Amino acid sequence: MLIKLGHPFPIKPSEITPETVHADRRRFLRQVGLATAGAALVGYGPGKSVSAEAELAPLNVVRKSEMAGGETVTPYADITHYNNYYEFGSAKEDPSRNAGRLRTRPWSVVVDGECEAPGHIDIDDLVKPQTLEERIYRHRCVEAWSMVAPWIGLPLADFLKRFRPTSKAKFVAFYTLYDPQQMPETARGVLDWPYREGLRIDEAMHPLAFLSVGLYGRVLPNQDGAPLRLTLPWKYGFKSIKSIVRVHFTERQPEATWNKMAPQEYGFYSNVNPSVDHPRWSQAQERRLGELFKRKTLMFNGYPEVASLYTGMDLRRLF
Amino acid sequence: MIRLWAWRAAAWALGLMPLLFGVKSILQGRLGANPVEFIEHYTGDWTLRLLLTTLAMTPLRMLTGLTEPIRVRRILGLWTFAFLCLHFLTYLVFDLSFSMTQLAEDLVKRTYITLGFTAWLLLVPLAVTSTVAWQRRLKRRWITLHRLIYPAALLGAIHYLWQVKADTREPLIYLSILLVLLAFRLPWSRLMSQWRARTSDKLGA
Repeated sequence: MLIKLGHPFPIKPSEITPETVHADRRRFLRQVGLATAGAALVGYGPGKSVSAEAELAPLNVVRKSEMAGGETVTPYADITHYNNYYEFGSAKEDPSRNAGRLRTRPWSVVVDGECEAPGHIDIDDLVKPQTLEERIYRHRCVEAWSMVAPWIGLPLADFLKRFRPTSKAKFVAFYTLYDPQQMPETARGVLDWPYREGLRIDEAMHPLAFLSVGLYGRVLPNQDGAPLRLTLPWKYGFKSIKSIVRVHFTERQPEATWNKMAPQEYGFYSNVNPSVDHPRWSQAQERRLGELFKRKTLMFNGYPEVASLYTGMDLRRLF
Repeated sequence: MIRLWAWRAAAWALGLMPLLFGVKSILQGRLGANPVEFIEHYTGDWTLRLLLTTLAMTPLRMLTGLTEPIRVRRILGLWTFAFLCLHFLTYLVFDLSFSMTQLAEDLVKRTYITLGFTAWLLLVPLAVTSTVAWQRRLKRRWITLHRLIYPAALLGAIHYLWQVKADTREPLIYLSILLVLLAFRLPWSRLMSQWRARTSDKLGA
């Protein structure tokens, strides 16, 4: 299969009018009006760093692609102190507090199942010879908050093709590390560990599907899924599985943790879709970290190039 | 008299301190990455905490025989309502941008919003009739009216439980404390005597 990795946007990002400006003028005006009061609320107070922690190793990239329509990148402090990683606790600031126990070296990933070249690969053997690139993607959580993050990594397809999946590989499953010693919060059994996710093979091979090893120019901090994680910008955040230890090619649709726990709430596909609500809350809008008012959620999170993957599918039923 | 003043000061402090701390956090910009969510959770948490404190006053009097808990109930109840109004207002302003059509949609579609809104609605008449004048005007009906706090509290606790994704520990703690406090209100002595009467009947037969 030929994977073309051209620039997905024909117009320059700088020429695109930000969503906030054109989508809802009234909201924009109101936001301007409340800017004075909002300055304190939005919280660009002391200690809001915009660059990565210096102790994390820097990564070189051969190419940088702005793929979030020119939207402002979320501060590093927010990306690293407000996220979900249930192995380290269920509150948003828990991962930043507890993920220090995670040991990311040595680290290898087992790849098995329906492929001609199964085996395991050490994280350093994966990262070093590989030319890394930076991609700025929107990220939309199923809880209706969102951010924009500069990830560093490689196309997922490049990684998967090394193992030569066979024609029987219709799906690919991913597993997060499960080690109660390093992840004491797993003892509470909030989720069914290890955390598992899955993609259809054509989704996994799509040029937007990304395997991230870095953030903001340096290696991933533990709480954001070090040493390697998926970044699937058109799907709800929980599909972008963190700290991957196993990749398994399979003929049948694999289990996914949230989908298994509450199938009526979290679909296998979980594509960002403003017209299919979560049973308990609306998905039509989202709050971008750093903004006070909600903004409209875009179909496929603003990545229409993935739409062809789902031609002919009823996305209300297969949400 | 001095003891009553101490109780009153404590009740005021219980409402005022989280309010001032919240305002301080806003002014210092220490609300984290999602300030609106922080305020919603903060005011929601304190509504439940103050509500449970209010409901703890009757059991406290039953256990200690003190009358002061009953005399600070109104202060605590009004602080509960104040935090609830802040909670509701944050949602109206920042989540809905004051859109009444969106509010209507949420009330129809989102059960946890329906529950929370109903709880607020039930507490409005209680806040209005909290004065001594209203107490006199309504006489015995005042007590009946103010029993609305029980369904409101249950709705509030379930409103919290309903929106949690997977980790239900915290909302279940609130709900259990509430159930214990409500259990105190059951007419235990009457139930006990009925049970005793029934068992002695059986023994007699």
